[in-house]
Amino acid sequence: MAVKNFVVGLFDDEAVLFPAVKKVRTAGYKLHDVYTPFPVHGLDHAMGLRETSLHTAGFIYGITGTTTALSFMSWVFNVDWPLNIGGKPHFPLPAFIPITFELTVLFAAVGMVMTFCYLCQIMPGVKKHIFHPRQTDDKFVMVIELTEKTNAEEVKAFLNAAGAHDVNEQKAEAGWWFGRYDKNDEVYSVPANA
Amino acid sequence: MKDQFVVPARLKKTSFVLMGVGLLTLLIGLIAFQGENATRFWAGLLQNSSFFLLITLASTFFIAATTLAHGGWQIAFRRVPEAISMAVPALAAILFVVVMILVFGGKEHIYHWVNAHHVAEDKILTWKSAFLNKGFFTTATIITLALWIFFTLRLRKMSIEEDGWDLRPETGRKLIWRNTVWCGGFLVVFTLSVGSTTPWIWLMSIDAHWFSTMYSWYTFASSWVSGLSLIALFVIYLKKHGYLTYVTEEHLHDLGKFMFAFSIFWTYLWFSQYMLIWYANMPEETEYFQPRVWGEWRPIFFLNLLINFITPLLFLMKRDTKRNYTAVAFIAVVIIFGHWLDFWQMVYPGTVKHLVFPWYEFGLGLGFVGLIIFLVSNQLTKASLVPKNHPYLKESIVHHT
Repeated sequence: MAVKNFVVGLFDDEAVLFPAVKKVRTAGYKLHDVYTPFPVHGLDHAMGLRETSLHTAGFIYGITGTTTALSFMSWVFNVDWPLNIGGKPHFPLPAFIPITFELTVLFAAVGMVMTFCYLCQIMPGVKKHIFHPRQTDDKFVMVIELTEKTNAEEVKAFLNAAGAHDVNEQKAEAGWWFGRYDKNDEVYSVPANA
Repeated sequence: MKDQFVVPARLKKTSFVLMGVGLLTLLIGLIAFQGENATRFWAGLLQNSSFFLLITLASTFFIAATTLAHGGWQIAFRRVPEAISMAVPALAAILFVVVMILVFGGKEHIYHWVNAHHVAEDKILTWKSAFLNKGFFTTATIITLALWIFFTLRLRKMSIEEDGWDLRPETGRKLIWRNTVWCGGFLVVFTLSVGSTTPWIWLMSIDAHWFSTMYSWYTFASSWVSGLSLIALFVIYLKKHGYLTYVTEEHLHDLGKFMFAFSIFWTYLWFSQYMLIWYANMPEETEYFQPRVWGEWRPIFFLNLLINFITPLLFLMKRDTKRNYTAVAFIAVVIIFGHWLDFWQMVYPGTVKHLVFPWYEFGLGLGFVGLIIFLVSNQLTKASLVPKNHPYLKESIVHHT
């Protein structure tokens, strides 16, 4: 990933945050992300994020599980090692259903968890820059990425006008990185006023 | 804001036409099915009266379950299940008349345990007679029907009464408390009846030699998912006619999720009942599935699974269909028809035996649908469509899935 410049603003209240998100989008600034202490209903729509495809992925994983279970069991009991179990047929579908169901759920669950981790870029050992220590506590943190066309002072003034406080500029790694916050974070982030 | 329902002339006409069709079918059935064939006349009545009674009773269960769970989302349309549940007394009366004629009219082609000579010669029925006898059947039926009607009327009366209360925190707390207590009471009754004894005596005793401990849950799942579909249909109808201002796609989405989830729940019970019997493969248990899976009823048995599991599973899986009024209305009709078919294949192989084209049963079903539309639309006019003093109303208005 790349080290980029950001302007960070803090909000105390969702009621102020929502109109601010709208203003930022209409003004055409590049919204990096908004960090909230709890899930805020409708914020994804306000930010213009697209609907997740996680459930489509889940469906595909589930179908894969169903197919795997059915084809493997049929192969085992019909081709590889046919056994007479209680006089039941070699393809006893009712007996296969619980296992098929379980494997469907297992594939869907494990697959979706891993896809979710991938989409959110979270994994043990993977770190991301924290723009403000209170972003998981009681502050709503809005981060705007600075591009070549945007002027930092102008964005700061804009955020202040939209109701943010403690507006500051940060230079930080935009993606994920391996390491430790106490040892490596300075490498990736340089507070503008430091 | 339109919150006082007025029955449109067209709906009234539809309900009368459907009831007319039902009555006509009943008359034709009375003439067409005589002597040996009279079994079909009564089997059709038993199937339809029990199915439609249980799906309207599902509305009372909906109110009770959501109240006990302290749910807020359903308050915006709570008057709809309330109105549907008010069809319970009339349908209970019809069912009561039907089963009493079956038991005391000696209709042994439906319940073969009503014949005393037959029971005396039959070891299984003799053992079961402590439970499966006319006295117990009648007492249990009267008690359960009376309790269902009592609780249904009580919940409805309280809800309307609360419209006249003033809005204060103390009245709000009192409202929640007394609703919780009465709904708790109803759930105990419901569990001990629909969840246990009632389907045994009304439906399972058709195959008196056979038993399944899953049977009541299976019947409950069937009637509950159809009951949810019925609620959804009325909600959609009212919404399309400009009522229920506070109900949005969010509420529809949740109803759709319920229909989706309980279709799967029904399948789980369908399969559990089948698999245990298939696995053990004991003649006294497999006799129930013999005509259904290997006999004439095979197409219906698998059609049942196709309509009630595969269709809702694939159709309601997508978020967009659950939030689309037309799509949910369509699948609700499919689910209700599918479970009506389910009740048909529960009653018929043990009584009529042969697979017949169900024109008579379907005609009766239309009559019951007309009766439900008539009763429910009448009840909807009796109170404001929004329980305006309910403390959770705001939660329902701002509801977001």
